[in-house]
Amino acid sequence: MKNENILDISQFSLQYDSVEALRNVSFSVGKGEIVGVVGQSGCGKSSLVNSILRLLPNVAQTQGEILFNRQNLYDNTELAMRRLRGVDISVIFQDPLRALNPVLSIGKQMTDIQYRDNISRAEKQKNAVDMLRQVEIPEPELKLKQYPNQLSGGMLQRVAIAMALMLRPQLLIADEPTTALDATLEVQIIQIIKQLQHNYGCSVLLISHHLGLISEMCQKVAVMYAGEVVEFGHLPDVFVNPRHPYTRRMLECDPARIKHTMRRLPTIAGDIPDLSNLPTGCAFAPRCDSMLPQCTLKPPPMCDGERGHKVSCWLSEAKNERVTAS
Amino acid sequence: MSALLQVKNLRVSFDAGGAQIWRRKSIHGVADVSFKIAAGETYAIVGESGCGKTTLLRAIAGLFPASGGSVKFMDKEIIGISPAEYRPLRKEIAVMFQDPVGSLSPRCTVQSLLAEPYIINRMHDVDLRHEVERLLDMVGLHSKLSARYPHELSGGQARRVGVARALALSPKLILADEPTAGLDVSVQGELLNLLNELQEKLGLAMMLITHNLNVIRHVADRMGIMYLGRLVEEGDTQSIFSHSRHPYTRCLLSANSSSEMDASGQRIALHGEPPGIATRPHGCEFRQRCPFADEKLCAQTPTWLTDDQQHGVRCLKPLTAIEKL
Repeated sequence: MKNENILDISQFSLQYDSVEALRNVSFSVGKGEIVGVVGQSGCGKSSLVNSILRLLPNVAQTQGEILFNRQNLYDNTELAMRRLRGVDISVIFQDPLRALNPVLSIGKQMTDIQYRDNISRAEKQKNAVDMLRQVEIPEPELKLKQYPNQLSGGMLQRVAIAMALMLRPQLLIADEPTTALDATLEVQIIQIIKQLQHNYGCSVLLISHHLGLISEMCQKVAVMYAGEVVEFGHLPDVFVNPRHPYTRRMLECDPARIKHTMRRLPTIAGDIPDLSNLPTGCAFAPRCDSMLPQCTLKPPPMCDGERGHKVSCWLSEAKNERVTAS
Repeated sequence: MSALLQVKNLRVSFDAGGAQIWRRKSIHGVADVSFKIAAGETYAIVGESGCGKTTLLRAIAGLFPASGGSVKFMDKEIIGISPAEYRPLRKEIAVMFQDPVGSLSPRCTVQSLLAEPYIINRMHDVDLRHEVERLLDMVGLHSKLSARYPHELSGGQARRVGVARALALSPKLILADEPTAGLDVSVQGELLNLLNELQEKLGLAMMLITHNLNVIRHVADRMGIMYLGRLVEEGDTQSIFSHSRHPYTRCLLSANSSSEMDASGQRIALHGEPPGIATRPHGCEFRQRCPFADEKLCAQTPTWLTDDQQHGVRCLKPLTAIEKL
């Protein structure tokens, strides 16, 4: 099972001075899988992306390992990392307008990223046109001559997807790819990502707040809270039978799930903890509605459930579930 | 019932360039939009990106000149008045901008950001420190945050500062441009509850622009759907969700995804791009993408049809409840 994973994160921690941005994050992405990451703003989703790409500031201290194709990324030299980024691991960012260079034409940017390939300019241009056609952009030849400000948001996001997939990466990281788009465009973008993922067989790590999007796209999902992965498992297991109180509360808060219209929407009382001054026990304990006495004393162990369903919670432990290393 | 805000045939045009000055073309970003917002009501506007929602909001807020039509706020015409005449109205009409951090000056602390509305409006008799504390408390932020700069705030906190700023002078109308974009469900819920609570307490009306249909279903009384700068359907939120009549609305509603496993439902993906306001097609502007279009019929220009429940639609072939997609 282990060797089929494209990305294996184990016991990974990230620290900036006193701020513990990520703590003991462990999960894996299998070959050809789409794995979702959900969680509140500021819970470390973007730190995770930056850690995988090793785009961290110098003050960052890391522990644990991130294996990409069984090779620890933190053993690589900076040069090896540069060879990896964009080729084997590529990213679609949240805001497509900011991800593209405003003073270069789309065509220039799309041929530039093929600088490693030893082919003629005409061929690179042809690749770019092909790719734009695959993301269903009409008149791709014309679009290559245009600049980012001449295209609509949905178009730009499709260009960004085309660029990310151009070099056939093994892992695609999509950091909130549809936040800036409306519902109808979102459907289009999802269908394109799904289709291309199917065609190229790459793995996708999808980061989003949008629970509907996650449930539509992903096979597995990791729920993050305050820098930790609190629950990880197959999507039906996590979204239908959530075992961590945070996951349960988060799903209850999704307005899409509430059938009756109500003025007052449910929320999770309290605030996310200060990452530089974390509580001793479980980070969610102060907001948890089913707290046990040990929750404030010791961090919860990671409990294994069926089909690789992992939960970091004392409640699951109390239900006599098998405990692995915490 | 007289409306708090009455928008009639509002039109906003942009200069589309052109080589010679006498042949200048203009394009309509907002074309003939009419709607009303009553006091204490929440009115939501949805539509594709680039369909003119933000332009509409800016025109109402007097931040962008309208080229025609009328906007009446408390029976006073506000289109075509000078900025000096508009100034007293800014106390009554508050705007919440789309980008929470970007709408706050990076050089001011939260304290000075929140005190600014009072200083600008020359309200010297208020105790600023006390007022700032009251505002922070109202939006559920700790008073120690007042010394922070915008970059030191999280997205949710910056949003709340935006809300506090909008509410500082107790306005009668809030224009909110995507107030919950990019927030997770819990913070989104908190913010909407806060707005709702304040709405009940202070009786303010709200115009809400958002992509999130699930939010609209819960908080809006009435809603309008925009396509290419025009309202294509308008009515009671419930009535639109239960029997939408414009094909575009149907597509939009079907695209609404849910985290529930069983709720896959029937999806209609829209094909093609919106035609763009510079090259508006003749006849119905949606017909090229419309799954129900009738070649002949839809080549005519649709008119606004209203049924008895104030549910209006701009379509030549409005859908009935039974028509399946």
